[in-house]
Amino acid sequence: MQHYLDFERPIAELESKIKELRQLSDGDGVNIVEEITRLQAKLDRLLQQTYGKLTPWQKTQVARHAQRPHTSHYIASLIEDFVPLAGDRLYGEDQAIIGGLGRFRGRSVVVIGHEKGADTEERVRHNFGMARPEGYRKAVRLMEMADRFGLPVITLVDTSGAYPGIGAEERGQAEAIARSIETCLTIGVPVICVVIGEGGSGGAIAIAVGDRVLMLEHAVYSVISPEGCASILWRSGDQAPEAAEALKLTAGDLAQLRVIDEVIVEPMGGAHRDPAETMRRVGDAVARGLQALAGTAPAALRTARREKFMEMGRKGLG
Amino acid sequence: MSWLTDLALPKIRDLVRKTETPDNLWDKCPSCEQMIFHRDLEAAMYVCTHCGFHMRISPKMRFKALFDEGEYTTIELPRVAADPLRFRDRKRYSERLKEAQAKSGEKDAMIVAHGTIEGQGAVVAIFNFEFMGGSMGMAVGEAIVAAAQLARLQERPLIIFSASGGARMQEGILSLMQMARTTAAITELREARLPFLSVLTNPTTGGVTASFAMLGDVQIAEPGAMIGFAGARVIEETIREKLPEGFQRAEYLLDHGMLDMVVARSDLRHRIALVMRHLMDARPGEGDTLPQPANDPQASAKQAR
Ligand SMILES: [Zn+2]
Repeated sequence: MQHYLDFERPIAELESKIKELRQLSDGDGVNIVEEITRLQAKLDRLLQQTYGKLTPWQKTQVARHAQRPHTSHYIASLIEDFVPLAGDRLYGEDQAIIGGLGRFRGRSVVVIGHEKGADTEERVRHNFGMARPEGYRKAVRLMEMADRFGLPVITLVDTSGAYPGIGAEERGQAEAIARSIETCLTIGVPVICVVIGEGGSGGAIAIAVGDRVLMLEHAVYSVISPEGCASILWRSGDQAPEAAEALKLTAGDLAQLRVIDEVIVEPMGGAHRDPAETMRRVGDAVARGLQALAGTAPAALRTARREKFMEMGRKGLG
Repeated sequence: MSWLTDLALPKIRDLVRKTETPDNLWDKCPSCEQMIFHRDLEAAMYVCTHCGFHMRISPKMRFKALFDEGEYTTIELPRVAADPLRFRDRKRYSERLKEAQAKSGEKDAMIVAHGTIEGQGAVVAIFNFEFMGGSMGMAVGEAIVAAAQLARLQERPLIIFSASGGARMQEGILSLMQMARTTAAITELREARLPFLSVLTNPTTGGVTASFAMLGDVQIAEPGAMIGFAGARVIEETIREKLPEGFQRAEYLLDHGMLDMVVARSDLRHRIALVMRHLMDARPGEGDTLPQPANDPQASAKQAR
């Protein structure tokens, strides 16, 4: 069943009308077919209008949409012979970050990504994509392994943030994130990062420091959630839409600030309306990125990646 | 997640507020509430003479206490784009920035200086918590990059004293990117085999702890300093439990293996000098009389003959 967002009400009404007519017609009845075609065209226009000018707050909701494809979907659709790997070898296994070995368009790679989970049971198992230190330490372990065996790294970013808990703090959440950023900057293999949904602050950037950082059109990436920002600066969570605006967290804004390299256009009406097409587009963009980096020496990759982040914000800002 | 641990701001501001004594000659310890003669407090580097509570001190006082004869040279930091997002909440960020600059007489929340500590050269960067909660934006990132570059140029250790609520959210994603930038700067220092000493003071949280501040070769903290990733309030709201006694304090982190040592302010200078001396000992330098390590098999073969 399609889950609709608040601002999608007119779209929902139109879609249910079309569905009703389809059930009614059963294929015959020329008038009904014409009516369906007319409504379908209207729906397409409405989707185009709505999704063509989403506000930053609406995009935040789309980025968090429960039916948006998650890391496990991307792995199932883009990666062959996937071998999931588990554990940080220090303390535990954190399913908020999943990863492993697999083949992407003919070459072996290491894939790492936050996983939010699709239903209640999965969400609990994956802790809603909010990783503990073990998750980041597993990411470090996989990145170091990729480096040893010369395998490119693909990361998929989709988290509201690192988990704030007593155990997470005790086991060094901050250190784990810092070490993960450091590892991203140290390995000598290509690193392609894709923000597929929510890029929530430190928990996101921990695995989002790459040679190429790509972002889906309706994904968001921010230092703090609009709700959190509003509650601190506006002293009220109700101002989240204003905060979302001020934070400049959309893919378009981030491309303009040169924080990301490429915006991947989503199918009409958002990734959740056509996951297969979305994942194909992401796959194509990742493949292009890897192609461009193929054959670059490890030292040159490292240097260029570091320079890229050291220069960030120095140029192109007024 | 909130970088700016709401817990830290209001409470800690109280710590430095002078009491309303007529001539300001006395200060009240925020921990034990005893009165301390102002001159004694200064002489004790703002550590309570009754209970040992470490109050906040300005970067200038730290520099003076740290460097030999209190002499040091601050470096001019590169200019950065002010208010790149044209951020506005209830107030313009550009105004908040101007106010903080007027109040502190500084451009932003970090000062970088170099000099000698017990005769050894060092580059030292210090956060000013009074400047917008020591939050890390473009300017602080730039200061850390510059400090690390200076340390490499001078082939000296880098010491960073942190006191920060985390990323400066008015600079949005660009403040988040400082986590990667500062980590890159430390990585380069590490590759040049120069020591990085991270000194965590009260409070150090959010994006600062989750980047360079936790990557020191040696991790030092002042007693009682609050150090963590997530703010205590955020954690309490998430888990709906009371936090354990001493949670996120320096001693707690030491117990959990996150620090090498908790050092009283009066001992910091000597301890830092000692660590630097050890870590720099094997480094070939001017007037070095130590034999070079014979890691070249041909060279050692020649020596053997
Ligand atoms: Zn006291």
